[in-house]
Amino acid sequence: MTVENASAAPRIWRKQPFIKNPLTRWGLYTAALIYLALAVSTVPVNWARVWEGLDRGWRFVQGFLVPDFTSRWGDILIGMQESLTMTVTSTVVGILISVPIGIGAARNIAPAPVYAICRGIITISRSFQEIIIAILFVAMFGFGPFAGFLTLSFATIGFLSKLLAEDIEDIDESQTEAIGATGGGWWQVVNYAIQPQVMPRLIGLSLYRLDINFRESAVIGIVGAGGIGATLNTAIDRYEYDTAGAILIVIILIVMVAEYSSGYVRKWVQ
Amino acid sequence: MLRVENLRKRYRTGDEALKGVSFSVPAGEVVGLIGPSGAGKSTLIRCVNRLVEPTDGNVFLNDLNITQLGRGDLKRARRRIGMIFQEFALVERLSVMENVLSGRLGYVSFWQSFTRRFPQADVDKAFALLERVGLSDHADKRADALSGGQRQRVGIARALEQDPELLLIDEPTASLDPKTSRQIMRLITEICRERNLPTIINIHDVPLAQAFVDRILGLQDGELVFDGPPSELTESVLTRIYGEEDWTTMRGDQDDGEDGRSARLIKEAPAELV
Repeated sequence: MTVENASAAPRIWRKQPFIKNPLTRWGLYTAALIYLALAVSTVPVNWARVWEGLDRGWRFVQGFLVPDFTSRWGDILIGMQESLTMTVTSTVVGILISVPIGIGAARNIAPAPVYAICRGIITISRSFQEIIIAILFVAMFGFGPFAGFLTLSFATIGFLSKLLAEDIEDIDESQTEAIGATGGGWWQVVNYAIQPQVMPRLIGLSLYRLDINFRESAVIGIVGAGGIGATLNTAIDRYEYDTAGAILIVIILIVMVAEYSSGYVRKWVQ
Repeated sequence: MLRVENLRKRYRTGDEALKGVSFSVPAGEVVGLIGPSGAGKSTLIRCVNRLVEPTDGNVFLNDLNITQLGRGDLKRARRRIGMIFQEFALVERLSVMENVLSGRLGYVSFWQSFTRRFPQADVDKAFALLERVGLSDHADKRADALSGGQRQRVGIARALEQDPELLLIDEPTASLDPKTSRQIMRLITEICRERNLPTIINIHDVPLAQAFVDRILGLQDGELVFDGPPSELTESVLTRIYGEEDWTTMRGDQDDGEDGRSARLIKEAPAELV
């Protein structure tokens, strides 16, 4: 074992900084720090109100620690039922609409005009947050789970179509080429070369969306779109923090069940 | 019988991949197409079934001018042309049987293919082909559960399931070990002779090509520079196709000096487009 270049001086090496010019680099860092300090200092904090609220917050935490499932159990049950119905129906309807739109929004297989239309639909669906859509639908169709169902279906379309389209754009083109080379038509290429490649991810995304829709159903209930959110809102309005705590625990349990079972299903479909 | 006349291809980037290539392949002849990376080999065979649109020239399969066909007729013509790919291009999550049956897609309706209810004759043929390539026990396995050599056998069965009148083969052995490569080449050439199929095989491995094909075409920078039997493939011909190199040590490629390596990289650059 001999080191041949032992006499040569060691050459120092450092990772190149992201911004080469040291003046620009430190200037930018300082500017960012100053901006952050200024921005934080402009946020108005009413410390008296915070002090008052601490007490209320503490009662909320206490209610959460001593949840009361019994006194409003009937309301919780109805709210849950509504929420679950909303979640499942809107996810199914959302998937059914998303698949064709997602295929149309994949640049590598859709003709340009179809692509433009489908991307447009996705953009519209994604640019409005669920709450805003829920307020609109509640105004149009009245309070209750129907408005919630429409809201969640609408939101599902933007989410699933976009991710499905991106997945289709990422597929292995050689498989598409091979099916095309056998003389298969466009639909056959979709069915034989594309569907098998994106199916596991589509199933995974759908389960994930089911999860999101359930959580969202609790949120949009607060603006009147029915479900467990409405029950939760009522409980908080009545200062029944023990019941609110019970509702939150039920929501957490259901999300956990959805989480674990979807993880299991995803592993199974790979 | 395949006849290619004055085939040209210019990519939108301006690269001229084919500069007027003409040749013909009679029934039953297995032709090896050799040439450096980026010479236009993949472009050439993809222009035959128009996976790549040629810019100019004609391709005749028997008496049908493929370059003149509209979309529907092209689809019907593609049914008659089997293709085998370098990375096998199997649909990995479908079963072996579905992959083989996908060779019939051009012949069945969408609904039949969607429900996987192929005519019994197609299924019989698929089983016979799986037997021929030695995979009869694997029909219901998923394609990604097979080894490289087995996958390429499925690729061969899929191409033959089409009842092709022409086989286009793109680097069939590039992803395989030397022994499997020889087995696959042997299988391909045997089948082509059994069925009297005209065949073009793109191949990098010159000795492997020499061992199995009837005739060799040498492509260099979009032009045919050699057309003859494997026995005439001398060192000077190889130099004409690939450029200056010490061919007696061709097997020692890895030990190339800096110069040889950079020269090859320059040659490979346009390959991205192929």
